[in-house]
Amino acid sequence: MIAELGHYALMLALGLALIQATMPIVGTRTNDAVLMSMAAPTALAQFAFVAMAFTALATCYVISDFSVLNVFENSNSQMPFIYRLTSIWGNHEGSMMLWVSILAFFGALVAVFGNNLPAALKANALAIQGWIAAAFHLFILTTSNPFGRIPQAPFEGRDLNPILQDPGLAFHPPLLYLGYVGFSIAFSFAIAALLEGRIDAAWARWVRPWVLGAWMCLTLGIAGGSYWAYYELGWGGFWFWDPVENASLMPWLAGTALLHSAVVMEKRGALKVWTILLAIITFSLSLIGTFLVRSGVLTSVHAFATDPMRGVFILAILVVFIGGALALYGWRAPLLKQGGLFAPISREGALVFNNLFLTTACATVFVGTLYPLALEALTGQKISVGPPFFNATFGPLFIPLMVVMPFGPLMGWKRGDLLGAAQRLLAAAILAALAMAAAFALKQGGPVLAPFGAGIAVFVMAGAVTDIVERTLFLRVPFRAALRRAVGLPRSAWGTAFAHFGLGVTLLGIVAATAWGSERIAEVKVGDTLEIAHYRLTFAGLFNRQGPNYRDMVGRFVVRRMNGDLIGVMEPSRRSFPSRNMTTTEAALMTRGVSQLYLSLGDPMQNSNVAVRLYFKPQVLLIWFGAMIMFAGGALSLSDRRLRVGAPQPAKARMALRAAE
Amino acid sequence: MKRIAFVLLLALSWPSSLSAAVQPDEILTNPTLETRARALSQQLRCMVCQNESIDESDAPLARDLRVLVRERLQAGDSDAQVLDFLVARYGEFVLLKPRLSWRTAALWGLPPGLLLTGIALLVIGARRRRGRAQEPDAAKLTAAEEAQLRRILAEGGGS
Repeated sequence: MIAELGHYALMLALGLALIQATMPIVGTRTNDAVLMSMAAPTALAQFAFVAMAFTALATCYVISDFSVLNVFENSNSQMPFIYRLTSIWGNHEGSMMLWVSILAFFGALVAVFGNNLPAALKANALAIQGWIAAAFHLFILTTSNPFGRIPQAPFEGRDLNPILQDPGLAFHPPLLYLGYVGFSIAFSFAIAALLEGRIDAAWARWVRPWVLGAWMCLTLGIAGGSYWAYYELGWGGFWFWDPVENASLMPWLAGTALLHSAVVMEKRGALKVWTILLAIITFSLSLIGTFLVRSGVLTSVHAFATDPMRGVFILAILVVFIGGALALYGWRAPLLKQGGLFAPISREGALVFNNLFLTTACATVFVGTLYPLALEALTGQKISVGPPFFNATFGPLFIPLMVVMPFGPLMGWKRGDLLGAAQRLLAAAILAALAMAAAFALKQGGPVLAPFGAGIAVFVMAGAVTDIVERTLFLRVPFRAALRRAVGLPRSAWGTAFAHFGLGVTLLGIVAATAWGSERIAEVKVGDTLEIAHYRLTFAGLFNRQGPNYRDMVGRFVVRRMNGDLIGVMEPSRRSFPSRNMTTTEAALMTRGVSQLYLSLGDPMQNSNVAVRLYFKPQVLLIWFGAMIMFAGGALSLSDRRLRVGAPQPAKARMALRAAE
Repeated sequence: MKRIAFVLLLALSWPSSLSAAVQPDEILTNPTLETRARALSQQLRCMVCQNESIDESDAPLARDLRVLVRERLQAGDSDAQVLDFLVARYGEFVLLKPRLSWRTAALWGLPPGLLLTGIALLVIGARRRRGRAQEPDAAKLTAAEEAQLRRILAEGGGS
């Protein structure tokens, strides 16, 4: 009954989405305020029904209703509660449900908090949201229905894939989807602006919080996925240039560019047409990210053939939305007025530089990811594009970006003073040079480029600090005055500094962990000792441990300093799940400062020895700390007064209400 | 197996074991050769896996290739010779960094091409804009805008 209710609610949501998609647009065309005002209530109602459908599915999972096929295939009554809940989106159908739920939620937010938007813009934007929602609802109902029943209900479910039985599943997919779907708002506003043929700086002010929020979620989602891969894989890699990862990196790169170009548009009224295009591209990449990964086409062109219905539907959605949006852009964009002149050496110029390199980097990832597919489809020839390609192309594009980054915030709008900015960055440059020299002196053996990477990372971090120091006149005015200035600084200035600093931190972590880590691969017997960096690990033996729905074979290693001081115990394991007859590797991590010892077990040998892989990953945690700092920067920026003041004016609204009474 | 983190976005079909790649018994005693072998392994694709290098993969084929790479190195091959040998045997598909050829020209040409095009467009755009800025009435408002401005100013003055 609950599943049927959910199914029915989703159908009603489709109906509502269709109304939301059409009526408001008709209203804006005919200047009919009543039709336009239908947008908000239908968006809210649509959200209510989608939420009902999602709740129904969640209920089926929580009560382990195995008569529902989707629950039977992906859940198990023995699983801990949290995994029963997260397994909702651990499969295709359920994750699509999560996607539309977030979409409807954001639509409802626009409906509720968009009171200060011009009526036509709000109506059009919500209508576009309605189109996206309708397409997805139809996709779910026709090809990916999660509410299907099995005639004879089994007693037990097949269990969630053991790799996914991890807290990572609770955070990573929802964050990614919050990011992807968040960009849909920017897309809808862009299309709405094109439909109206009018756009101004206020547009950027309305859209920026959405882009910022989506970007924050995506940043955290990608970082979380990277950390998940790092500890789950068993060999300590954190980024693989895998198509699935690239699919999430592309919207992030485009979204980062959008965030910066929207600043120019908001402050200076320039780059309007470009910002609109970026908004379209960013969401298009989110769609491609969601779909190409989902359809399995990334692994092989032939995956399309195994499920033609789903594949064709996906292709149709991509063609209609991306193609339609770009066509509309090509037609209407020339109508939009350009504005805001600026010299090449200026804050705008720096942001254009940022956009140029970010979009090129994004295009590089796009081509690298899809080239093998295209080549195979066109010529039948198979090539591989893997990490060495991306490292060779993406790196050189990102380095200039990082070097120029500290200059941007120090330059004035319209016409900047490059020499002055360089002078103010002198201290940062000296610090970077020192770091580089220290890296050369202390770290022998790593790649020659590594110290330069570390130097650039330090330059970026010091540059972000310089920005704040310059703005607060720290050390030049009395401390209290500087503090007052720091408090009075716009939050968005702090946000910029934090986000830039965080990127530097991440880069430092990447450089250190890849260049200066060490590795031991060995077969050990009880009593053997391995030495790595300044630690000694002694193998104390193997034992078994029973978990709720798995069995662990645990290896116990005692960790000491070189001088013999005991630090702790590491217990990597091999975890077998009887329900799926699968084994996973559970690596043991020991955190020392921001560095980590990483130990994982290989297959047990006949002679009761065990193969182990031991890594020392210096400064590896900085990679993810950096992402958190970036997130914090986004949050600070989001709390900026400017973004709130632009938004609702409660006092006036209340007065208007009283007057109406 | 590398796609674990993002796996939920994928159809779920996993091999039954997730042990790591290079095994202790494969490692060469000569550390320089071993370092070269590892570097080479990272550039070679495990052809039965999804986008994994033979250095990461635990598939039997990857193991065979790792051993093969080490044999060639011990026989005195240079890195380029080892790669040539494997390409001759398994085709270009084995290389994770495709070689520059007509088939991959677009792949390798795109990043620098796009960057240069972007720079060119920006330079042209800036020139044109500067030209336009020198025209006297570029910054003038239209009559409608003038009227709107007057209205706004009047409203602003009234409050």
